[in-house]
Amino acid sequence: MKTKELICIVCPNGCQLEVIYQEEPGIKVISVSNNLCDKGEAWAASELESPMRHIASSILVERGSFKLVSVRTDQPIPLPAIHEVMEAIKKKRVQAPIVMNQVLIRNPAGVPTNIIATRSVDVLI
Amino acid sequence: MMKRIKRKVVVIGGGPAGLAAAISAKKAGCDDVLLIERARILGGILNQCIHDGFGLHRFKEALSGPEYAQRFIDEFRSLDIDVMTETIVLTMDRRRVLQVSSKAGLLEIQAGAVVLAMGCRERTAGAISLPGTRPAGVYTAGFAQNVMNLENMMVGKRAVVLGSGDIGLIMARRLTLEGAKVLAVFEILPYSSGLPRNIQQCLNDYDIPLFLSTTVIKIHGEHRIDGVTVAQVDDRMQPIQGTERYLDCDTLLLSVGLIPENELSQEAGVRLNPLTNGAFVDDTLMTSVPGVFACGNVLHVHDLVDHVSAEADSAGKNAADYVQKGKNDPKIRIPVTPGEGIRYTLPQTISGKRDVTLSFRVEEPARNRRVMVCDGDRVVKRKKVIRLHPAEMVQIPLKKDILKDVRSLKVYVE
Repeated sequence: MKTKELICIVCPNGCQLEVIYQEEPGIKVISVSNNLCDKGEAWAASELESPMRHIASSILVERGSFKLVSVRTDQPIPLPAIHEVMEAIKKKRVQAPIVMNQVLIRNPAGVPTNIIATRSVDVLI
Repeated sequence: MMKRIKRKVVVIGGGPAGLAAAISAKKAGCDDVLLIERARILGGILNQCIHDGFGLHRFKEALSGPEYAQRFIDEFRSLDIDVMTETIVLTMDRRRVLQVSSKAGLLEIQAGAVVLAMGCRERTAGAISLPGTRPAGVYTAGFAQNVMNLENMMVGKRAVVLGSGDIGLIMARRLTLEGAKVLAVFEILPYSSGLPRNIQQCLNDYDIPLFLSTTVIKIHGEHRIDGVTVAQVDDRMQPIQGTERYLDCDTLLLSVGLIPENELSQEAGVRLNPLTNGAFVDDTLMTSVPGVFACGNVLHVHDLVDHVSAEADSAGKNAADYVQKGKNDPKIRIPVTPGEGIRYTLPQTISGKRDVTLSFRVEEPARNRRVMVCDGDRVVKRKKVIRLHPAEMVQIPLKKDILKDVRSLKVYVE
């Protein structure tokens, strides 16, 4: 049995979880403490097995009322995949108009998430 | 001659506080609400906060700043509230007469009620008397956020962050994602001033070290910053000799606190509380100037925008009531003061005749404590709190029936 301290990132409470788990045969959570809600328990299990994150960035817009459109993932992605997803975002160019929630990249770098616009951008007049 | 008009409720500032206040004033039945915003777009600082995590309380989902703002902008537009963008309020007096400058020229507005929602600005290198030269490459974290996220400009390649406020942590991650090397975050206090979740997802995830009780003691560089000297500090925050080290960097980001932007409020005679740098307010969020209300970061620095919106809901409604139902001057002013372990409390006075939410911050991190609200020896309310942290605002709602015959309230950590 192993013990690990994790800071839960589900909400601003940021509970400092104490997780007791076993590594063999597979990672299995035995107990979670210091969590204010049930979400912390589920999160701790996923964090030990495969940490998932949302990321936010921006994409260059051509002829838009903003130079950049802010974007984010619509599904959390594995922490180690952040770098390659960022590379796909950096390479991308889009044209105005863009509507909030519009999917701008499908499965960036093959990762099962979409990169969606978090603001609308009009055509520059 | 200057054009003169009369408006019932005038909201100054179109960020999260101003938007929610204007919406709430209109919904409370006031048919004449005007919002004045300095920038060309509404939404304020949320426009540059492209990371997610906003709205968990209000909407039960994690939105980015622009998405959170858009929810309010959509509602604001659907209510057909008047707005003047690219417009600044130059002066305001005690009678709520505003001198306003817009592209169309100067305008004088007699307001029935005013809601102050101007937000904050960042503390700068000058504001914290940072020693050393003043080369290019030293930015406040929010400024860096603005130019990176709205203007597509990169601020540097090798950065050091001073101050562990949330904006600094968010920008440490942002710079890393954009390909810069963030060497470390230094915090002069013995604890972080950002949310724990941001320590995890902005620093730990990217192996960016955080050094507590450590600060920048010198900036090096002629034209562009080329390094900083940092040192550990003792419990009086004085650098400890022999702990100095030099870091080679081309950028220094400062996340060292926010200052409520109250120049306009002061001009109108609004009394400010030195503990919050915002107005003294009663339980209707009215300042010392009758008919002038305040909410959001201009009133006190908030940790979460959700709390800003909730406070602004209340300020907007109360401003509408003030112009529609006449003065609601309670005459009775029961003082609420911070006791042991509490940095400030808000509002500073209550009437005892309405429900009120006390907001406050603690002085030091603590675990498993009880926060007490007392009238002399009598306990009016107690709340168990698992974790207290100076970076987090704590709120305790009080029902009016427990406030009967209360003569004063003191909040303290047991």
